[in-house]
Amino acid sequence: MEYEISLLTSMGISVLFALSLNMITGFCGQISLGHAAFLGIGAYVSALLCQSGLPFLVTLPLSMLLAGAIGVVVGFASLRVRADFLAITTMGVGFLFVGIVRKQNWLGGEMGLSGFPESGLSRPGFMTLVLCLCVAVALLSMYVRASWMGRVFNGIAEDEDTMRVLGIDVPRYKLAAFALGTALAGLAGALYSQHLQFIGPDSFGFVESITVLSMVVVGGIGSVVGVTVAAALLSILPEWFQFIGDYKLLVYGGLLFLMMRFSPGGMAALVRRMRVAMKKESS
Amino acid sequence: MSTSSPLLRISNVTVRFGGLVAIDDVSFDVNAGELLGLIGPNGAGKTTMLRSITGVVRPTSGSVLLEGASLDGMSIDRRVRLGLALSQQLVKPLRGISVIDNVALAAGAAKTLSPIRALLHRSQAEELVRAQAMLERVGISRHANESPAIQPLGVLKRLEMARALAQNPRLLLLDEPLAGLNTKEAHALADTIADINAQGVTIVLIEHNLGEVMRICKRLVVLDNGRRIAEGDPRAVMNDPAVRSAYLGGDTMADAGQGVSHA
Repeated sequence: MEYEISLLTSMGISVLFALSLNMITGFCGQISLGHAAFLGIGAYVSALLCQSGLPFLVTLPLSMLLAGAIGVVVGFASLRVRADFLAITTMGVGFLFVGIVRKQNWLGGEMGLSGFPESGLSRPGFMTLVLCLCVAVALLSMYVRASWMGRVFNGIAEDEDTMRVLGIDVPRYKLAAFALGTALAGLAGALYSQHLQFIGPDSFGFVESITVLSMVVVGGIGSVVGVTVAAALLSILPEWFQFIGDYKLLVYGGLLFLMMRFSPGGMAALVRRMRVAMKKESS
Repeated sequence: MSTSSPLLRISNVTVRFGGLVAIDDVSFDVNAGELLGLIGPNGAGKTTMLRSITGVVRPTSGSVLLEGASLDGMSIDRRVRLGLALSQQLVKPLRGISVIDNVALAAGAAKTLSPIRALLHRSQAEELVRAQAMLERVGISRHANESPAIQPLGVLKRLEMARALAQNPRLLLLDEPLAGLNTKEAHALADTIADINAQGVTIVLIEHNLGEVMRICKRLVVLDNGRRIAEGDPRAVMNDPAVRSAYLGGDTMADAGQGVSHA
């Protein structure tokens, strides 16, 4: 049971993390190759605050706040650059985060931090908390998509010049997407540090950013259900197959490439196409 | 609405791109309720003029005033919020959503004013009703639930116009709405434009199809090489020798001479 609980907990954290990137990349069309940095910010904030004596649950909103605030700063970069250049800029932010953390003794440097005060929740209790937050974020995502904000995000993802002509203050919406997405990544990070009881600069590097992007793309950019399923599956694969754990960048990078090349709409689009095909056959 | 100032005033606008002067000290007014044709040969600066009105291009000097208030330095979206609406030369609907959803998005301006407001509103019912009305107004309501990706250019041009109208504009800017349409389609769309104007929407029309422009516009402003070379009643303007040579003449003296002799 212990193993299954731990597995479900990490699955839940991955899903949360993937849904957070889905707000930015999936809904608003702003690509990010440095999203792991915000997972890291949440993780370090929560770990440090726990060590300083704050109860774990209190550190959750604070992790979200700081990750979201830094996310808005990075979001400002997205106002100036688009598409490929945004990918490179956010990748730089990811490297910057790892580079800074490595050199800071108070953040544990290369060795990282470990052994934080427990949350006070039992293992199953913590798992329940993670899964409940997952459901809440999935519902929030669906709400956002169905709201006017979702309609505007969708328009910005397709053609931001047209949205400007429709009177949309595009920069503010992009910042809103970054604030939402990075704050949720901070939440996932806080849960991550509490769950693993160890964080180091390598936990939040480029590989993690690629992994989470491949979860979003494989699931189907913008599809809440698709991204949830893909994140759940892709997060447990390395547990089952040693090979994948060893060649993470190769496997996830390859998946990302294959999906972009053959099914840009991800699994969600594949399922939709199969359904249409099956309907045609049966009729 | 104040009656002392025109709806839109272009005041000594100059636009330079590097060493090239695209618009050279142009001034004209657009009065409330009128249908003004802005014409001129290719490269005359019409689209640049339109872009300095919408804010895509920042004039090097001069200013653009809407009801006496300066628009200078404002972003496109703020100008749109103040009552400008643009129907672009290259039609750009969102292809992922239906025709009516495209128009409803424009109709939802009050709900998309800020991200917070947009997050707190979900229902699209009112906007769909309004969008349906706009589609009927431009005559494409039967395509409401189809994807814009499969529509012919004639429908897309009307969709672009429905979207602009859904914003409830005080001034509608149309950039070559008839381009690419056949004679019949162009004639029908020109009628629609005249109808919309008759219903009280002030329109600035940039168009190459002079036949239709002469038919529906009450007043013309003619640009050539970035300068305003004529303004006034369509017939008088078209008989102006300067306008004739601008249209018929080319860059060289020989071409200009030929143009005049043909005319």
